[in-house]
Amino acid sequence: MTPTESSSNENNMEKKMQATTPSSLASVASNRQQRVPGTNLLGTGLETRGVHAWFGKKHVLSDVSLDFAAGTVTALIGPSGCGKSTYLRTLNRMHEFIPTAALAGEVLLDGQDIYAPGTDVTKIRLKVGMVFQKPNPFPSMTIGENVLSGLKLAQLKKSNTDELLESCLVRAGLWSEVKDRLGEHGGALSGGQQQRLCIARSLAVEPQVLLMDEPCSALDPGSTFRIEETISELAKSMTIVIVTHNMQQAARVSDYTAFFLSDGGPGVMVETAPTSKIFSSPTDKRTEDYVTGRFG
Amino acid sequence: MMQSTIPTPQTPWATSIQQRLNTAGLILLGAVLAGVAVKTTGLSGKLGFAVSFFVIASLLIFIQQLRLRDLAAAKDSLLSSFASLAIILTLIPIISIVATVVVKGYKGIHFGMFTNDMTMASVNDPVTAGGLLHALVGTIMMVGVALLISFPIGLLTALYLTEIRGNLARPIKFLVQAMSGVPSIVAGLFILSILIIPVTQELTGLMGSLALSILMIPTIARTAEEMLRLIPNELREAGVALGATQWRTVSGVVVPAARSGLVTAVILGIARIIGETAPLLLVSGGADALNFNPASGPMGSLPYYIWKAFLTGGTEEAYSRAWGGMLILLIFIVLLFSLARYLSGRKVA
Repeated sequence: MTPTESSSNENNMEKKMQATTPSSLASVASNRQQRVPGTNLLGTGLETRGVHAWFGKKHVLSDVSLDFAAGTVTALIGPSGCGKSTYLRTLNRMHEFIPTAALAGEVLLDGQDIYAPGTDVTKIRLKVGMVFQKPNPFPSMTIGENVLSGLKLAQLKKSNTDELLESCLVRAGLWSEVKDRLGEHGGALSGGQQQRLCIARSLAVEPQVLLMDEPCSALDPGSTFRIEETISELAKSMTIVIVTHNMQQAARVSDYTAFFLSDGGPGVMVETAPTSKIFSSPTDKRTEDYVTGRFG
Repeated sequence: MMQSTIPTPQTPWATSIQQRLNTAGLILLGAVLAGVAVKTTGLSGKLGFAVSFFVIASLLIFIQQLRLRDLAAAKDSLLSSFASLAIILTLIPIISIVATVVVKGYKGIHFGMFTNDMTMASVNDPVTAGGLLHALVGTIMMVGVALLISFPIGLLTALYLTEIRGNLARPIKFLVQAMSGVPSIVAGLFILSILIIPVTQELTGLMGSLALSILMIPTIARTAEEMLRLIPNELREAGVALGATQWRTVSGVVVPAARSGLVTAVILGIARIIGETAPLLLVSGGADALNFNPASGPMGSLPYYIWKAFLTGGTEEAYSRAWGGMLILLIFIVLLFSLARYLSGRKVA
């Protein structure tokens, strides 16, 4: 195949990937079509008030208050170890999966504190899905079983599973690649395909909010591009929070960006603003230093 | 369009036939030199030959590599020689045991042994009289019941250690390790003194299964624990993040992912107990009659059948009978393990 024959998709991808300098990041961010919050959605979004987190005695996150309006994509950026992944995991109560974890503050989903006593944690995680950094399809299941595994695991009854299977894979941008091999094991897919399989898996239980913890950090640019397309598609029907080290990715996919930083102590949220503003005229000097690449 | 011919696939890194012949020649030369050494020096016998053969052959290959390549390659070849020696030393006893059992045992095999028990025959009768049906049935039943008891307990113990990780995990792990060293006769005495003498006052197959379970549970629990630890934590997180409870995550994700490892645990557990004789002598007695009911009456077993033929007989016929029993036990174990491997490898990629 000669270069001129490559698909329009790849050309499109190259254009998107060209953004490398901070000023072009700002232009990428401002050229995106802005989403209107709160359309076509069930819930009213997610909100945190004064969230702190600890592992054992170590205070890793301090006083983070953020709003995630329904139907928007928010990127959490910042250097390694600033607590952004920990913060993300407080949003669907995966934080408590680590034995020494502790927490303070409130996380409100549709106005209800998900940490309130008597809350069923499995219900929260059904509403707030998660995609992890490393693709983790279930090795004992086929591609099709992986997508529908959430129904089985959470004991949900669904009548038309074939339709659901197809729609989840279509929304995750994987259907055309796997529709003839749904009976194969997930491990037979490439890394990028596995990650989209994991996205499809989290869609099957129909979450209101999808948390993504550096979903593209283990993937090649082509797969990254496909997943970013998927994110844009998903944002029409759900709220997305994405942790990323890739500032171009933040500029490409998110409506809002929150910058986290740790100066050796617990991580704090330095600044949050519409993504185009974060990359063009951040209020805080530290944010400016980070997005212009002066440190981090 | 460019015309291109597809080259033939080659493997230039593979050892050439020439090299293989050279090495084989050196090994042969080593054998000859070792023979000479045994003849001319103080070394003598098979052991002397084996030792001098190994030393001379390794030395020859070492020199060959040193001349052809360099010192590093020569050292490499020395390591290969030692590895080959270790493999041979490991294989000798295994092959020797299997060969002895097959050679001595085939005389004790006849079709009638699968349809008869020993009620109408004594061990000193011709091997064609009587059979080991009762022993085979007894072994299958007692090992089967022991497995039914031990697998759930062993697996749940392993799950407690890896998934629940409760406060008692450390002492339990220590106990399980200590228990795996319990001599089998102690397990038999334990059942005898806490169940048979004070309660049932009857030797039965079930008591045998209980004694075997004491030996089997620690093996299954330890192996299953190691296998469950190999399952990456990401899978547990993925299950929980989909809204599953811990129990659903364990039963739907973790255990299926560890399936082939758990089959290994079962195999090792069975291997631990299938040849046990001592505890069975104490608690399930030894029967010469076919008994399908583990809850009542003594029950025979293959190890007991072998033991009895060896110890209470004295004729060639009795020895043939014992060796025949061993061959059947060996074949039975191989079949069982092959089946387990087949079942575990069938679905998981």
